[in-house]
Amino acid sequence: MAEELTIGFLPLVDACLPILAREHGFAEEEGVSLTLVKDTSWATVLDRLLYGHSDAAHLVAPLAIATTLGRGRPAQPLSVPFVLGLNGNAITLKSDIAQRVGASGRLGDPATVGAALAEVVRERKDAGRPLRFGVVHRYSSHNYMLRYWLAACGIRPDRDVEIATVPPPFCADALEAGEVDGICVGEPWNSVAVERGVGRIVLATAQIWRRGVEKVLALREPVLAGKRDAVERLIRAMCRAGRHFVDPENWDANAAILARADYLDGDPVLIKRAISDRLLLARGGEIVHFPDFMFQYREAANFPWVSQAEWLYTQMVRWDGMAFDPADAVRAARVFRPDVYRSALIGTGEPLPGASSKVEGSLRQKTPVGTQQGIMTLEDNGFFDGKVFDPADLAGYLAALDPT
Amino acid sequence: MRIAIVDESAARASVIQEGLASLDDCEIFVVTERRGLVARIGEIAPDIVLMDLGNPSRDVLEEYFAVSRALARPIAMFVDESDDESIAASIDAGVSAYVVDGLSANRIKPLIDVAVRRFNAFARLQADLDEARGRLAERETIDKAKRILMDGRGLTEPKAYAEMRKAAMDQGRKIAEIADAIVTAHKLMANNQTGDA
Repeated sequence: MAEELTIGFLPLVDACLPILAREHGFAEEEGVSLTLVKDTSWATVLDRLLYGHSDAAHLVAPLAIATTLGRGRPAQPLSVPFVLGLNGNAITLKSDIAQRVGASGRLGDPATVGAALAEVVRERKDAGRPLRFGVVHRYSSHNYMLRYWLAACGIRPDRDVEIATVPPPFCADALEAGEVDGICVGEPWNSVAVERGVGRIVLATAQIWRRGVEKVLALREPVLAGKRDAVERLIRAMCRAGRHFVDPENWDANAAILARADYLDGDPVLIKRAISDRLLLARGGEIVHFPDFMFQYREAANFPWVSQAEWLYTQMVRWDGMAFDPADAVRAARVFRPDVYRSALIGTGEPLPGASSKVEGSLRQKTPVGTQQGIMTLEDNGFFDGKVFDPADLAGYLAALDPT
Repeated sequence: MRIAIVDESAARASVIQEGLASLDDCEIFVVTERRGLVARIGEIAPDIVLMDLGNPSRDVLEEYFAVSRALARPIAMFVDESDDESIAASIDAGVSAYVVDGLSANRIKPLIDVAVRRFNAFARLQADLDEARGRLAERETIDKAKRILMDGRGLTEPKAYAEMRKAAMDQGRKIAEIADAIVTAHKLMANNQTGDA
């Protein structure tokens, strides 16, 4: 008899793995019957998870940490046994600003674009109309990537520029109405803004950190414990979905599925572009190929590295203005559950890294890494400013970041 | 008590408003516009905010409340951690309730109960309406199909309907599905005759 799991999601391209695990029958073959529940805000996806309407959720990674630590909701420990993807976001600016700071027709170098932006920031701040950016949620990697980039370029978030919350489907409207000057959001929403002619894509967040954790599959800790077997089956099914997703043979079919009304309810042309790592940066321009724009499977992208959870914690401390608390850091680290991932995939063909934590951003070239199973080569995973995150010293890392 | 109802559905908002109007000491404000939502909430300075779970602006409002916690009137979704049941009921009904700090539980509970009942009632009304619309559409299709059979094969109305009913029984389908098939086939055949090959 099939086990049942209900998974909540937001209509974004990176909700693809649970959706495709269902649509291609991968979940069914593992003996899991999936029901997918669509919502329109992270708050609601989270509430359904916390109040038992859903067993698991497609979630912005930092929110899983924040909820575990009791930020914004009474604390409930969440578990992340699977990462749904890295990268996949971009920064889109109003066309006039983009023209001043961006490289025309291609994605510029983050440091150069940031330096040019810093001038615009100064002008606008002096004129009493500071630049405003929209991100999807304060506990999102969009927020952290944007802030990381700005701060590293000498622009102080919240002091030199404002950062507001804008829901993904309203991003293009907000740019057009001038409510924000720039957005950091996932696809297809940057492309929607570009198609409407209200903005230009200036950076992919993958240029800020080449391998940044994005969305995760989150469950309440007790639910993971109670449905462990079903979750492990789901993990195997989603790995298959990941393999299927990255295969160019399947791009058209998968874009069509994701575009359906009950999923993203969007334009399959834009969705296929994102899936195939292609971006139209400005209306009327040329399409640019950005390898690894979306990253759902290779290099064990789905492995929940504990170091990623710890990095998210450091950014939460940095931007929430909290004091660093070693006990909280431990709680944050425990959210990511590589043990469950390993248990699900041991004995399958999937590569399993030997370590569960790593120094983030330290690799600048293809590097083979030790494995428990299979062969794994990691590629350049650097931060654009060359900084490296060593989970052995969280406090030191925080202290060394630019004062904000 | 100042209550803000944030709902893009004006119809549902008025159903909630009507329910709350019967409570003592409630001043009710309805916000259906997405633009300027935060500014409007700031103007209203509500003690309680009711917002439907389906509203994409929930994240915007929660961010505003998160920041407001640093200010004079903190407002949050969970007043009393032990009130899980009440919160679960609201989520079931599709409504989220944000309450200003310091409001006593016995003032909040009756209000949230009304909101939950009204949200559920509205959802049932919607479902009934959808079902009625569906039945009406089915009715229209069945009438169209009858007409096609009557015109095309010179059948009387009762005979046409009997044929459709037989086909439905033989194929194990609903009459509405048979009707749909007849109408669709007829359209395609008509196109073929008037148009190209």
